[in-house]
Amino acid sequence: MIAVLVRDLRLSIRSGGGFGLALAFFLIVVTLVPFGVGPEAAVLARIGPGILWVAALLACLLSLDRLFATDAEDGALDLLATAPLPLEGVVAAKALAHWIVTGLPLTLAAPVFGLLYDLPPPVWGWLLGSLALGTPALSVIGAFGAALTVGLKRGGLLLSLLVLPLYVPTLIFGAEAVRRGADGLPAATPLLMLGGITLGAAALLPFAAAAAIRVNLR
Amino acid sequence: MDLTLTELACARGGLPVLAGLTLSVRSGSILVLRGPNGAGKTTLLRTLAGLQPPLAGRFAPGPEAIAYAAHADGLKPTLTVAENLRFWAAVFGTRDIGPALAAFDLGALAHRPAGELSAGQRRRAGLARLLVTGRPVWALDEPTVSLDAAAVSRFGAAVAAHVAAGGVAVIATHIDLGLPARALDLTAFRARAAPLPAAGGFPDEALS
Repeated sequence: MIAVLVRDLRLSIRSGGGFGLALAFFLIVVTLVPFGVGPEAAVLARIGPGILWVAALLACLLSLDRLFATDAEDGALDLLATAPLPLEGVVAAKALAHWIVTGLPLTLAAPVFGLLYDLPPPVWGWLLGSLALGTPALSVIGAFGAALTVGLKRGGLLLSLLVLPLYVPTLIFGAEAVRRGADGLPAATPLLMLGGITLGAAALLPFAAAAAIRVNLR
Repeated sequence: MDLTLTELACARGGLPVLAGLTLSVRSGSILVLRGPNGAGKTTLLRTLAGLQPPLAGRFAPGPEAIAYAAHADGLKPTLTVAENLRFWAAVFGTRDIGPALAAFDLGALAHRPAGELSAGQRRRAGLARLLVTGRPVWALDEPTVSLDAAAVSRFGAAVAAHVAAGGVAVIATHIDLGLPARALDLTAFRARAAPLPAAGGFPDEALS
């Protein structure tokens, strides 16, 4: 499993589309919104956390369709399925690699982008915490969606349609935690829900994704 | 380790392709699968590899003893040949990729990205993966595609060395590898087509 993780990280660095791409996409979405809604600082500070969460979600989605598709195209997925590794472990390792390449940089960069929305420094901590808790769920849920669409020629759009509704709970609790934190309200409940979603998804969805891949390989 | 198939039936895309396949391949021998396109060579090999469950029957040893190689090599173009092989060695729990590189004359190419290799060189790197799996039964689907004559004889030598060490090889190929092998024509085991549904509503009937 570590071999799969290391290989996927190496591949995303070598192919150049790894760390930079999702982050650049995140930056562009985040900077586009003020052009649409206007530059009033009060409005931006209020909608900022929500925008940052939606942007993180879209940035995660961007690279998902290649998660298993490249391995399926060059035959590596067949070979991984016949390898002594459990396919569930392969899925988990690939989802983790996806998170390290997309979710983790987004989380670390979010406070900087918070600055663009005039979010006060105490909110940065909430933003960082909620993204750190929530983005792993985005990668694991996305891996399940990618596994379902792996055999399809142009599965990217279908993948978005499948995965975005499943992202709704993560988005609600993630943005809610930041909003409550910013307003000085207790934010433990949404953070706990967010952590619960991430843990539940990480525990269950690799099995569902592996089953979907096995069916797709037949 | 002998490979034994018992009344094995395989399907492709839900349609039965092969049925009643009973045979035994002794340790140290090679079985060459023959038959026209669509005879079920790939289907049988994928079933042996565990990528699809058999419709009926069984085979021993199971997929965990079988190293499968298909048309696609599974090489990552941005990784070097050595990195690709080392990855598979780690996955299969072996460590040494030296013999695999030597067997397919990849020493000079070891540090070249796989994406820069020619089709035949890539094929050789893909076949070298078989050696790092350390598995006793090789199930190979058209392994010699895009190999030149020298590489085919290298591949033949690798297969001969593998079976000499007690392994088994099942190879679907149209060319003569120059190895002592038993040939099996799969057309003899073609699954009978399912009977057509009872008459009624067929176009030719509607026309008459």
